[in-house]
Amino acid sequence: MTDNSDGIGGLTFDKSKRTWPNEMNIFLALVIIVVIFEILGQLLPHMRGQSFLFDTKDRFDGMFGLFNVARLQIIILQVAIIGIIALGVTQVIITAGIDLSSGPLVAATAMVAMSFGQTELVNGNPNPKALFGTWAMDLPVIVPVVIGLSFGAMIGAINGTFIAYLRIPPFIATLGMFLICRGIALWWSSGNPISFPTDSYAFIGSGMMPVVWFILLAVLFHIIMTRTLYGKHTYAIGSNEDAARMSGINVRRHKITVYMIASMLAAFAGIVLSSKASTAQAGMGEFYELFAIAMAVIGGISLTGGRGSIIGTVLGAMVLGVIRSGFTFIKLDGSYQLMAMGSIIIAAVVLDQYRQKSRT
Amino acid sequence: MSDIILETKGLTKHYGGVHALNDANVVLRDGEHIAVMGDNGAGKSTFVRQITGVEQRTSGQIFFGGKEVNFAGPIDAREAGIETVFQTLALADELNVPDNLFLGREITRFDWLGPFRFLDYKAMHEATMAGLEKTAVKIPNVKNSIRNMSGGQRQCVAIARTATFASKLTIMDEPTAALGVQETAQVENIIRTLKAQGQPLILVSHNMRQVFDLVDRVIVFRRGRICADLDIKNEDVSGEDVVAYITGAKTQPQFEDENAA
Ligand SMILES: Nc1ncnc2c1ncn2[C@@H]1O[C@H](COP(=O)(O)OP(=O)(O)O)[C@@H](O)[C@H]1O
Ligand SMILES: [Mg+2]
Repeated sequence: MTDNSDGIGGLTFDKSKRTWPNEMNIFLALVIIVVIFEILGQLLPHMRGQSFLFDTKDRFDGMFGLFNVARLQIIILQVAIIGIIALGVTQVIITAGIDLSSGPLVAATAMVAMSFGQTELVNGNPNPKALFGTWAMDLPVIVPVVIGLSFGAMIGAINGTFIAYLRIPPFIATLGMFLICRGIALWWSSGNPISFPTDSYAFIGSGMMPVVWFILLAVLFHIIMTRTLYGKHTYAIGSNEDAARMSGINVRRHKITVYMIASMLAAFAGIVLSSKASTAQAGMGEFYELFAIAMAVIGGISLTGGRGSIIGTVLGAMVLGVIRSGFTFIKLDGSYQLMAMGSIIIAAVVLDQYRQKSRT
Repeated sequence: MSDIILETKGLTKHYGGVHALNDANVVLRDGEHIAVMGDNGAGKSTFVRQITGVEQRTSGQIFFGGKEVNFAGPIDAREAGIETVFQTLALADELNVPDNLFLGREITRFDWLGPFRFLDYKAMHEATMAGLEKTAVKIPNVKNSIRNMSGGQRQCVAIARTATFASKLTIMDEPTAALGVQETAQVENIIRTLKAQGQPLILVSHNMRQVFDLVDRVIVFRRGRICADLDIKNEDVSGEDVVAYITGAKTQPQFEDENAA
């Protein structure tokens, strides 16, 4: 009796009946959406029986040969960069905060970092988009990366300081930073794009590298959020800030750290994006902050804090990715995609609230 | 005497014009359980907040364990050995029982990782089970978040902190005010356990039966002042007497002149 029980004081508890984790629901939703596209592919007349998920050309190569590997890659690739931002936004929202500045920060960091990651000679001629003199050309890749991440850390520290010490609501503080970062991105090179990166800078976001970064960072922050003091205190602050303070947690310092980590992740996304595009432009990353928040929300996060997970956000990112490529697959254009994504975000929150109520 | 664990001298707290606590002189001996009673607004919680460092007193002195203390915050008080169950529970709803018990004092590994050091879930789980075992609290699954627990279970979690961490003094501000009969009995059992272990306690309560069942001495507050200090174990004091002190029908002679003002 006692060995299968975590209960105490005579009450036994059947471990097999432990509450079904929230992430399972999102995973189920993901599967259902995939199945819907699979069925639409078979049924819609203009699709002529194409398969969304499976490799119908019978190229059974290797373990994943059964699936349409190219489509899976595209699904993950197109959400990977915003997904990196979402990993940070998840932590911010768990503290009951919000970060609206991440999209423009992607653009600002892309500009700042790439101006130290340019190559001197393009096909033997001087780089036509060179921002600085030759001193800033062909620097080792570590230089633009460190500069970009430091820039992100600085922006995050400013966000965090205004929120934690001056008690500015996170929505307002990061809305202001949203405009400031877009302004920095435009001002940095007077609106001109910055192009022609060094080979090593171009490698950061090449091919499937954004997916590699996304997966590595997701694993890292999953461990941090579930296993470390930082993670526990992040949940505690979002759950009951007064209790956290009374328990001796330095709430202000912790919040600044959280906003710094979130902004560094957004900054890294900016580096990866500019590398992938081989150019940095002031208009980059538009709506990224909102899609990042949407990923976290679909992943079951609570905007009132204390609840949410990295796994949930990764699944939320997958849901958005599947919807995107699903709509492309059934050849419905972008306007329908946006309407569908919007509906799914709202449905996710409605279902989650219903679930919360039925549990208590 | 050297066995005095807590002593306040002239403890006073004013909130602007509100004289919430005036010149409170209280002595608590080691192993002693005392109750603080009084009407709503009499200053009981204010008294608790001054000795636990949650607020800074207007004037007066506090001696704890024979030394004068000036706690800058509740953490200072906790580190000195005062465990407090506040009237508004300081629990994080989304965390489970061990997480709440160890909030702010987690057992960790790889401490060189700084803020990213790893939590030793196993050690904290074991210590939690041991702490709860002592208190005989009934919690079906300590690994569930406490959000869905009953008021009594949540209160027991807050109280189990004091049983898990050996403390020199335990303070509970109206721990059973919102609880049902069985839950109240559970909390009272925990208090009896503390008594058996010789741990001193200050219990703020409105429940006359509970007070007479559990404690050695009753201090009555009225409008921010102490109006009675009753040794209910040795003297012939009835519930009606205590009510008379609470309502202001009676005042002990030694507190007369102060209350006349
Ligand atoms: N932070 C505060 N600011 C102003 N007045 C307060 C504050 N806290 C308590 N008071 C007042 O002090 C008095 C004592 O309150 P309290 O100690 O909470 O009473 P109780 O005995 O019911 O616990 C009340 O009149 C209350 O309104
Ligand atoms: Mg009170």
